[in-house]
Amino acid sequence: MKRYSDLEYLRLSKWHKFLYRLTSFFCAIPQALVNLLKSIGGFFQKIFVGIGTELSDLVLTFKNGDWKTRTSYLVMGFGSIARGQVLRGLLFLLFEAVFIFYMIFSGGYWLSMLPSLGKQGPAKEYDPVYDAYVTHYHDNSFKILLYGVLTIFFIIAFIYTWRMNVKQNKISEEILKSGKKLKSGKDDLRSLVDDQFHKTLLALPLSGILIFTVMPIVFMILVAFTNYDGTHDGFANSLFSWQGLKNFNTMLSWSGSGVNYSATFGEILTWTLIWAFFATFTNYFLGMFTAMMINKKGIKLKKLWRTILVLTIAIPQFISLLYVSKMFAKNGIVNGLLLKLGWISQAIDFWGSTAHSGLLARVMVIVINIWIGIPYLMLIATGILMNIPADLYESSRIDGASGWKQFTKITLPYMLFITGPYLLTSFTSNMNNFNVIFLLTGGAPTNSAASGAAGSVGFTDLLITWLFKITMGAESQYYLASVIGILVFVVVALITLVVYNLLPSIKNEEDFQ
Amino acid sequence: MNEKRHLGLKASARISNTLIYILLVIMSVVWLIPFICIVLQSFRVESTYPVGYVIPQKWGLDNYIALWNSDFKRWYLNTFIVALVTAALQTVFVLCMSYTLSRFRFKLRQGLMRLMLVLGLFPGMLTMIILYRVLKDLGLTQANAVPGLILVYVASSAMGYYVSKGFFDTIPKSLDEAARVDGATRAQVLWKIILPLAKPIVIYTILTAFMGPWGDFVFARYVSFGTSSGMNVAVGMYSWLSLDQIGSRYTMFCAGGVIVAVPVTLLFLFLQKYYVEGVTGGAVKG
Repeated sequence: MKRYSDLEYLRLSKWHKFLYRLTSFFCAIPQALVNLLKSIGGFFQKIFVGIGTELSDLVLTFKNGDWKTRTSYLVMGFGSIARGQVLRGLLFLLFEAVFIFYMIFSGGYWLSMLPSLGKQGPAKEYDPVYDAYVTHYHDNSFKILLYGVLTIFFIIAFIYTWRMNVKQNKISEEILKSGKKLKSGKDDLRSLVDDQFHKTLLALPLSGILIFTVMPIVFMILVAFTNYDGTHDGFANSLFSWQGLKNFNTMLSWSGSGVNYSATFGEILTWTLIWAFFATFTNYFLGMFTAMMINKKGIKLKKLWRTILVLTIAIPQFISLLYVSKMFAKNGIVNGLLLKLGWISQAIDFWGSTAHSGLLARVMVIVINIWIGIPYLMLIATGILMNIPADLYESSRIDGASGWKQFTKITLPYMLFITGPYLLTSFTSNMNNFNVIFLLTGGAPTNSAASGAAGSVGFTDLLITWLFKITMGAESQYYLASVIGILVFVVVALITLVVYNLLPSIKNEEDFQ
Repeated sequence: MNEKRHLGLKASARISNTLIYILLVIMSVVWLIPFICIVLQSFRVESTYPVGYVIPQKWGLDNYIALWNSDFKRWYLNTFIVALVTAALQTVFVLCMSYTLSRFRFKLRQGLMRLMLVLGLFPGMLTMIILYRVLKDLGLTQANAVPGLILVYVASSAMGYYVSKGFFDTIPKSLDEAARVDGATRAQVLWKIILPLAKPIVIYTILTAFMGPWGDFVFARYVSFGTSSGMNVAVGMYSWLSLDQIGSRYTMFCAGGVIVAVPVTLLFLFLQKYYVEGVTGGAVKG
């Protein structure tokens, strides 16, 4: 496509401008994808180069180092202790001892079982004590996978620490060679609240994230390649085992027989995207208008209006959403009122009507979500609108601009520029907006066409609520839930990456400081 | 346009303001109706199931008395403890992370931030299955759900560092440097200089961390699974709206909703200023 210079662009008609921007948006997508691939390639390249330099450094350190350094390759922390840094050395040594102890008594077993996820499942065996056949439990696939992953984490941590230990020796040697003194244990402790304070600060939060987020995510990604479900629970019923890409195949392709998961997945994904789009933009624009109304000059009681609106933020969603969902039930207040007024002769089934793929329920959740979402946007927009220089409006008024023109030429561009990243994150978090859907409809009305798929799929189900239903269902197909989770991640990550690269307001973060 | 000019600027402003007032009043009514209804229905005595009218025919405190005699007390206490401890610990975690990322420039900083961004894109629901099993192995589920919930809420909370990092970024670095020149350690800088300045964001973090557990439904349901003494208010009260209980518990749900909402709402409105600061700052930073 042809690129216009700024001046040429300004001369275009409105329609052409729009067209130009639209095409340039889509033309930028391939470039963004290429950049993504490049950065992934660059990442791996960096890793390989990094490993290469580390290895060569290891060899060099060994060749050039003294005997203390060389012993440290085997006995971690030896060099440090020998050079008088007892505290550091002991910590290294302790870590090594714990590691070896763990690997011999426990880690080795988990690691060796990891490829098979357990060899012997529960079985009826003759027990001489009871003189009867009793079920004996043996391997536990779940624990094998869990502790296997943990062991791998531990090994990586060990290699890293070992590497640090070698590096430590090299640095110490150099310091001693240059005639300076090494840090004492006291200095080390002091540096933990000073130069190295960030390590102290990050220790707890990071280990929390590692154990309670990273490890579970790695585990669940692995589960997508197994047949872990209610029947194959890994211990009491039967073991589970590796299945390769079978589950992804089940979810994404349809062989013509059995349940058509790919169609269900496609249907739910489409609705998830539609929902996220409407939920984000209805809230965005209506919230902005509300903020502009409240902030308009001459409007009194600003604080009162704001306080009334933020009630939906303050009151826990499970109360407000569950209550609203019951208000619109067949025997709820809304139907009661409409019947009394004589506007309808029969109660409207807001949540149960399956006409037009549950259109009524779908519209209802979007509308009720506005009720929940406007206040946030009102608060955000208020803050931003106040920052728009007032003289912009003043001078435009002198030039004869109408209120609408001021909005489209000043307010909207400013808002969009500032809140670009926010729009993106709110789109992705709406894709995963479990609360609104689950508390309002629970996924209803039931989508009978998808009844074969795991979990009772409904027309308002998002991928995330479907995932939840699958894990809570009778068959608990955890592997399918994992597959859905991974696919959600892929979709969300793609959207984020592409849009993020196109946003104008992504600046170098240091610019702010 | 002509008409407007005819009316004059003042008159047209008055018309538009009147329109806005009408809109705002309608919105306020829409926003308030559900809450008014829930309060009114909590005083309804003549029946306990959902009905099509709002104003009770007979008023009374029966529902609140029934609440007092049910497991609700236990749920409320559970939620309150979880919320309180989570608020304290989560604030520490978040502030540690955000302060570090704002002030220190260490080797893995960029990588760390990117990693947390990517982790945040995974649906959190996914990890619940395993976290539940791990907690179960540790004996922290069902009747012991409270410490289990706290552990899980707090452990990963540092990933929500964005808003407070944005705030720390706005505190001039020259303050730190001046104190460092005067011989303060990094820890002293944080304690004596930054934290007093960061009061708004500390309050914001405490407030959001405190409010979170009141509404958590999904994970709390996993962890307490079926054991009443380990439930929080959301899980417990959700069960009151199930098909077999709604007939006898619906008005109790309304009463419970009022009891839960009133303190949280008052706290929120009281600290609204800080919340607004946090939200607006966070959105602008992205």
